[in-house]
Amino acid sequence: MTLAKRRGNPFSGAWPVCRKEFTHISRDPATLFFALFLPIMQLLLFGFAIDTNIRQIPTIVLDEARTQESARLLDMFANSDAFHMNTVAQSDGDLRKAIVSGKAKAGIKIPADFSRRLQNGQQATVLLLIDGSDSTVTSYAVNVSNGILLQESLRRLAGGAAGAMPIEVRHTVLFNPSTRSANFFVPGMIAIVLQAMIIMLVAFSIVREREKGTLEQLALTPVKPLGLMVGKMTPYGLLGFLELCTILTLMRVVFRVPIQGSLILLLLFSLPFLLTILGVGLLISTKAKTQTEAFQMAMGTLLPSVFLSGYMFLIENMPLVFRWISHVMPATYFIAILRGIILRGAGIGDLWLDALVLLGMGTAAILLAALQFVRSGAQ
Amino acid sequence: MPPVITAEHLTIRFGNFTAVDNVSFTVDRGEVFGFLGPNGSGKTTIIKALCGLLKPSSGTGSILGMDIRKESTAIKQHVGYMSQKFGLYEDLTVVENLDFYGGVYGLDGATLDRRKKEVVELTSLQPYLDRRSGRLSGGWKQRLALACAIIHSPEVVFLDEPTAGIDPVARRALWDLLFRLSGEGVTFFVTTHYMDEAERCGRVGYIYLSKLIALGTVDELKQLPAANPAGTERMELECPNASAALVVVRNLSYVREATIFGRAIHLLVDQSAGHDRLLRDLSPCGCGEASIRSVRPSLEDVFVTLTRQEAAATR
Repeated sequence: MTLAKRRGNPFSGAWPVCRKEFTHISRDPATLFFALFLPIMQLLLFGFAIDTNIRQIPTIVLDEARTQESARLLDMFANSDAFHMNTVAQSDGDLRKAIVSGKAKAGIKIPADFSRRLQNGQQATVLLLIDGSDSTVTSYAVNVSNGILLQESLRRLAGGAAGAMPIEVRHTVLFNPSTRSANFFVPGMIAIVLQAMIIMLVAFSIVREREKGTLEQLALTPVKPLGLMVGKMTPYGLLGFLELCTILTLMRVVFRVPIQGSLILLLLFSLPFLLTILGVGLLISTKAKTQTEAFQMAMGTLLPSVFLSGYMFLIENMPLVFRWISHVMPATYFIAILRGIILRGAGIGDLWLDALVLLGMGTAAILLAALQFVRSGAQ
Repeated sequence: MPPVITAEHLTIRFGNFTAVDNVSFTVDRGEVFGFLGPNGSGKTTIIKALCGLLKPSSGTGSILGMDIRKESTAIKQHVGYMSQKFGLYEDLTVVENLDFYGGVYGLDGATLDRRKKEVVELTSLQPYLDRRSGRLSGGWKQRLALACAIIHSPEVVFLDEPTAGIDPVARRALWDLLFRLSGEGVTFFVTTHYMDEAERCGRVGYIYLSKLIALGTVDELKQLPAANPAGTERMELECPNASAALVVVRNLSYVREATIFGRAIHLLVDQSAGHDRLLRDLSPCGCGEASIRSVRPSLEDVFVTLTRQEAAATR
């Protein structure tokens, strides 16, 4: 007998388990309803903005003037605590690219004629580009920059400068010109809603079998751990994808949030996230003995995702420890992908790393779960 | 003909705990082998090991000649398993449960249809095919569980306390099914706590504190020297007030065991005492009318005596 024959098909049982799972789902319309429509209700009710204190907005600077005056002004921006000037751009293209890719949320451009115009008593202009996909950032950045330039103008006027207002700031809000909070919240919410739904459904479907004793029965049949996992992941993965499409439609139709980037790319890049949360659900199911335990663990993954993923609060504002935590949470990367594609029209070049991280996390979670299942004999 | 199930010095340890300690036995084709023992004595662990689910710490075993340490995948295809929990999906119908387990064992198309028809006929489940299994009574659930366990025509079936909590009529119906299948050459390994079920088995093994302490036919076990210690005699005492008499006899120095069976008391007494002395000692409590006769031990007597001896020896 060959080794392969003795070991058997590692995915043995995947199809019967998958088919059975669909029957379970169809038999329990209440669960299906809550799984699919509760998040949608939540989404519809989420019509308000949550304002938070913003500090240290990552900012890119393009200083074409390179004079004492321009350096002074930039110092004022830097000292305001609102802007964190971490990058220097060489061109208008750099400026825009940094914001599209999400590396910076604001861009300051000081034109070449800035000092000359000031010296000639003409009004000088400073350009402020703001990433409107984050509504809280937008309003704050506008207010702070207005304040800084008013202060500098007054100082110049007091110093005897001529003219009405020596310096003027022109704001350009990119991607979300109307600064609607829906545009900011809805894309992020997709990640949270999917995560809550999928992790719970997958974990419950296995833990329920453990409680009922059918998992013990399956362990004595030719069903293999991988077969069981694939059989469980397929239906709930499909449900998750269906939910994603539903929410995207709602977002487009009800909230009128346009998708700036490629829809195909968005759907493609959501697959590694689905894989990751399916894997987390499986992992929870290997640890939880009862459905109550599984629920608690699922909530345990959800709460940090709500608060630390950038969904509600700007990651850049968080204390270092929380920033670390946010970087190990799948939702953080998927929210970056969602906002990037939907609001800023970002492409593969900007988001491939996020997708890759999710793919890595998903693979790790599933391998870990498989290892646990094999070790425990699928019990 | 080689035995269908063998266990050779099977030992399974979980950390420091030895769940199965040097257990050896064989079961022949078509046999209904009863396996008894208190809860936690290692019965389920042995079943799991024989199905290849747990690797033995030492010793070995085989099912149909396949090594339980190496060929669990092949073994699972030839073995059926039914537990006390039945392993049914309660929100699926009877036929959906059969479809699922059939599919899990790789049956499809005409083969699956034929097997479904056969097991439904055998278990008389026909009227309930479209009923959710959760809505079946205990007895019918049990039949469905058996039908699922044998859908792939296994040569060996392990039944782990299959009749716990089932009414006597349903229990008998299940045993009738088992004997019908064993007549067709299916080998059964059944764990149970019920003595009447044990008495039906061709051979019986008794496991206590992870060790197999008795093995043989029911008659062989009843004649075991250990179950009938030298210098003792088993008697049945019939008297008007058995429960009052029980209190008295339990305090007599020469009475080793005493327990009530219906209106009588079963006793294990030192032979030297004799019937007359017992009657004399009972007379003060108004049991003078008692009648005493010598009896053979029941299977329960055998297990209780063996268990006490083993417990005393390990203490």
